[in-house]
Amino acid sequence: MKITREEVEHVAHLARLNLTEDEKIQMTKDMEAIIGFADQINALEIGDVIPTAHVIPINNVFRDDVARPSMDREKLLRNAPNQENGCFSVPKVVE
Amino acid sequence: MLYQKSVSALQHMLQNKEVTSEEVTQSYLDRIEMVDKKVGAYITVASESALATARAVDEKRNKGEVLSPFAGIPIGIKDNMCTEGLRTTCASKMLDNFVPPFDATIINKIKENDMIILGKLNMDEFAMGSSTENSAYHVTKNPWDLEYVPGGSSGGSAAAVAAELAPFTLGSDTGGSIRQPAHYCGVVGMKPTYGRVSRYGLIAFASSLDQIGPLTRDVRDAALALNLICGHDRMDSSSAFMDTPDFTTYLDQDIKGMRIALPREFMGEGIAEDVKASILSAVKILEHMGAVVDEVHMEMTEYALPSYYLISSAEASSNLARFDGIKYGHQAGDYDTLVELYKQSRDEGFGAEVKRRIMLGTYALSSGYYDAYYKKAQQVRTLIKNQFDLLFAEYDLVLTPTGPTTAFKIGAKVNNPIEMYLNDICTVPINIAGLPAISLNSGFDRMGLPIGLQLIGKGFDEGTILKVAHAYEQARVLDKVRPEL
Repeated sequence: MKITREEVEHVAHLARLNLTEDEKIQMTKDMEAIIGFADQINALEIGDVIPTAHVIPINNVFRDDVARPSMDREKLLRNAPNQENGCFSVPKVVE
Repeated sequence: MLYQKSVSALQHMLQNKEVTSEEVTQSYLDRIEMVDKKVGAYITVASESALATARAVDEKRNKGEVLSPFAGIPIGIKDNMCTEGLRTTCASKMLDNFVPPFDATIINKIKENDMIILGKLNMDEFAMGSSTENSAYHVTKNPWDLEYVPGGSSGGSAAAVAAELAPFTLGSDTGGSIRQPAHYCGVVGMKPTYGRVSRYGLIAFASSLDQIGPLTRDVRDAALALNLICGHDRMDSSSAFMDTPDFTTYLDQDIKGMRIALPREFMGEGIAEDVKASILSAVKILEHMGAVVDEVHMEMTEYALPSYYLISSAEASSNLARFDGIKYGHQAGDYDTLVELYKQSRDEGFGAEVKRRIMLGTYALSSGYYDAYYKKAQQVRTLIKNQFDLLFAEYDLVLTPTGPTTAFKIGAKVNNPIEMYLNDICTVPINIAGLPAISLNSGFDRMGLPIGLQLIGKGFDEGTILKVAHAYEQARVLDKVRPEL
């Protein structure tokens, strides 16, 4: 399985990772090895076996629609790198 | 020494007022002060709050209040479980300054039972690794030989129990992260059935595989710990609606006629000779006690590991998307746009292995590859689960080594991700099938490093595992009980 530098850049963008030049070189090598390893499962003829996403048969879990207090806003904002007027602060998104 | 006592012994002494919780807690804090410089099990030691809580519990006891059997018992916590007001790093620079605003359900239980949190334990960053070398803070050393790794990802949790830096600890197990370090450090590590223990407040790695469990000195303590941590939680939608039995009722039982399967696939090529020999001598002991052990054939085992790395990385890439540098965690200093802020914060905050897993997971989920990798891995998951169902139609337990080798030297595998992944070959199938399993010491190899025996049970049948593990533990003879430190 050949992995190109362009593929690494594409996947890194999807994953929202800025890789440095050195990281890109190393990641290309590592991805090739790891995906080659993962590719072993494609040696298996599997047909239409039903995939398992979760081992225990729980579907939707409902509870009664009862209002309960939420977590304290100030407490939740305490770990935010930037905050303003009781909100998380981010760079301008819409011009 | 107090720090050498098991949880069951400490419970007895505290209830009979032979010792105070303050004395027990101080004994551990002194031990940590003296020994943890060498071992490096802890990231954060909570000395002050531990002592204050211990004194408060002693006061309650002196007033004659009715207390939980766990009241006043200290515990160490893997640093991926949220503790309100106590820094929780996941051993990542991403969460270096993260102080959770809430307690995980498991931490709530610990506090409700008036237990003492000694501190937060080292791990591989975001629980991704098999040696604790991926911690952004420091490398934890194996207490049996300080040049060797303690295993991972719950390496701090296992090393702390082996080095007597806590009477017991909690770890988490996604592909073997409790059992493999228990094997390397010669302690008891148990992964309960998926859904037994609430994951609310456990920082997620791979949500369909993650499970919290205890690391203890002996099997009795493991049973006690399960009594403490199991139970349904409405805060975790994958939490099972199952009653929690008193797991100690499974101890001190006869195992005559128990049927145990020994799959050849876990005793063949790639398994070290000393490990095989130790497992076979354990089989003799079990047979001597009346268990019936049959060699069996188990298909699909060679596909478990690649399937595990695809599923767990895919889930991780999705779970770790929350670390965006905005709500909490590391934020880059230099950026122009919102997307640049995400990308730069994540590049600076995550270590190399975490990035590799995010990349693999994103790749496996990306358009054009989904069917060949993620979907196929989930199909393999079905087949592996079916293999266990077949075995459990005839047997009570499955027995394997916990890992192919004993602990390796620090640095030996750090540059080879695939070689590192192969350490998990005996443990990942159990997570894939969501089953419970225990690892306990069955002896030492020629280097004097511990060897772990793994017992796998049917879903929600932790009791049978504990029954056989306890009987074996009483019968086995070990040359060494504790490491010299």
